[in-house]
Amino acid sequence: MNAEPVEMLLNMGPQHPSTHGVFRMVLWVDGEKIVDVEPHIGYLHRGSEKLCEGEQYHQIITLFDRMDYVANFNNELVYCQAVEKLMGLAVPERAEYVRVILCELNRIASHLLYVGTIGLDAGAMTPTMFAFRGRERIQSLFEAISGARMMHNYFRIGGVKEDLPDNFEQMISDLLPQLKEDVEESDRILTFNEIFLIRLKDVGGISAEEAIDFGFTGPCLRGCGVEYDVRKAQPYSVYDRFDFDIPVGLDGDCWDRHWVRIQEMYESLKIIEQALQQIPGGEVVSSLGRRLIRPPAGEVYVRAENPRGELGVHLISNGTDRPYRLKVRPPSFCNLSAIKRLLAESWIADSVVILGSLDIVLGEVDR
Amino acid sequence: MLNSVKGMMLTLASTFQGLKKPVTREYPKQPTPVQPRFMGFPALTWDSGVGEPFCTGCMVCIRNCPTQCMSASMMDNPLNEEGQSHRRKIVDYFEINLNRCILCGICVEVCNFDAIVMSHEHEMSTYERNGDRVALPGLLDIGKKYQQETAWIPPTVLAKAKKDAEDAAKAAAAEAAEPAAATQEAD
Repeated sequence: MNAEPVEMLLNMGPQHPSTHGVFRMVLWVDGEKIVDVEPHIGYLHRGSEKLCEGEQYHQIITLFDRMDYVANFNNELVYCQAVEKLMGLAVPERAEYVRVILCELNRIASHLLYVGTIGLDAGAMTPTMFAFRGRERIQSLFEAISGARMMHNYFRIGGVKEDLPDNFEQMISDLLPQLKEDVEESDRILTFNEIFLIRLKDVGGISAEEAIDFGFTGPCLRGCGVEYDVRKAQPYSVYDRFDFDIPVGLDGDCWDRHWVRIQEMYESLKIIEQALQQIPGGEVVSSLGRRLIRPPAGEVYVRAENPRGELGVHLISNGTDRPYRLKVRPPSFCNLSAIKRLLAESWIADSVVILGSLDIVLGEVDR
Repeated sequence: MLNSVKGMMLTLASTFQGLKKPVTREYPKQPTPVQPRFMGFPALTWDSGVGEPFCTGCMVCIRNCPTQCMSASMMDNPLNEEGQSHRRKIVDYFEINLNRCILCGICVEVCNFDAIVMSHEHEMSTYERNGDRVALPGLLDIGKKYQQETAWIPPTVLAKAKKDAEDAAKAAAAEAAEPAAATQEAD
């Protein structure tokens, strides 16, 4: 029999459960080894950037909710900050703290979802249940505050929609110890598990230089050992008032990216606790924000640290009630651009884990 | 090896915990309670004092809707001619396509007449594609149910009560400060 190696084409996705949405990869495989990969994106393209040009400034917040649909508050924050910067609008102190608390809770929720999905990708079903239980608790709190579990539309240009509910302090003091336990459990059940370590350690590694060249940000970049976090490098909102560390990995492999995310959840809990101590009273929305929003002509670029990395918004205004152009720099898209490099010369079974460790959200990649 | 065993112990512990006190709910049999601020489908409110909807058909919600899911028209209010109502115009026709609605709550925020609310209704399945296009009577039914369930008070009435209370407190504080100032002047 002739046993010459034959390259085979393997189509993965778009309806594959491990591609985290509708992402398609065409793999050229030689046996179990991946020779080349061709990513196809755009299955979830909704033209959000173009839609933004047709909506008034206060309506665009709903579109940003739907871009990165696991970190809605963080997305809303970046957009609101962009318009505020353009208008030179000062946000009340209390609103800033409310925003920070909600964004950090959303970061934990997003990372818990990641823990669940990376567990599934590596072949473990149980961590998903633990992670989703914790995420569900956060989302119930979001529902009590904003009225919606995911598509909140709660942040406003110049503040937030309404003040926190009266029983908020009771709710958050109930939630935080539980949440701490949930984070610890999801850490204990997965991070140092021997099988998980074998599946993730020394898989999908990338050096710091290469990662920077690809435009990596967020946990993917910090996993390579680069200490870069927009919250520290260019503090926005009130982040300069909190004491927190930036967890950094060593080798830049899948396990380091996982470890950084786990540590980030602990740091987020620290920030929330400090913010709850410092939060002042007063108004939650500036009086200017209640009127029709019509920023002066000009352009602005604002960036912030999302759970997935650096989200940037480039907003150009021509002085009307709708933006002239709005460009989004999505972190998932830039992180995903390295998929060809990361998957080359790896095994088919590892491709799912590598893709999972990048933690992409297709709503943001395709926009 | 040790860490795998530790993970299994955690799973075992939470299995017993779950048997004692389950975290999940048997959803259709046991409906999940919603929070007071929960935003379900938008509905129109009913002014039971006069016996007409709050809505005047001014179209401000329609102009502010990001998805253009609503349509409305206005007419002269017959009750106003009889002197029973202070609203000169009243809604004639109103329709919301709830399939198109994204439950953002902008319509409630911009409404000047307390006429629209985000109800707690969120389970509405129909057999036709256009079955979720709800017209005025249906919207008022959802609104009436919401008003009854939550003992709804119009937001402008609430805001006015709050402002009045604040003004009264301010006046009382000023009155308390005045005699003190008067005595100082006398000195």
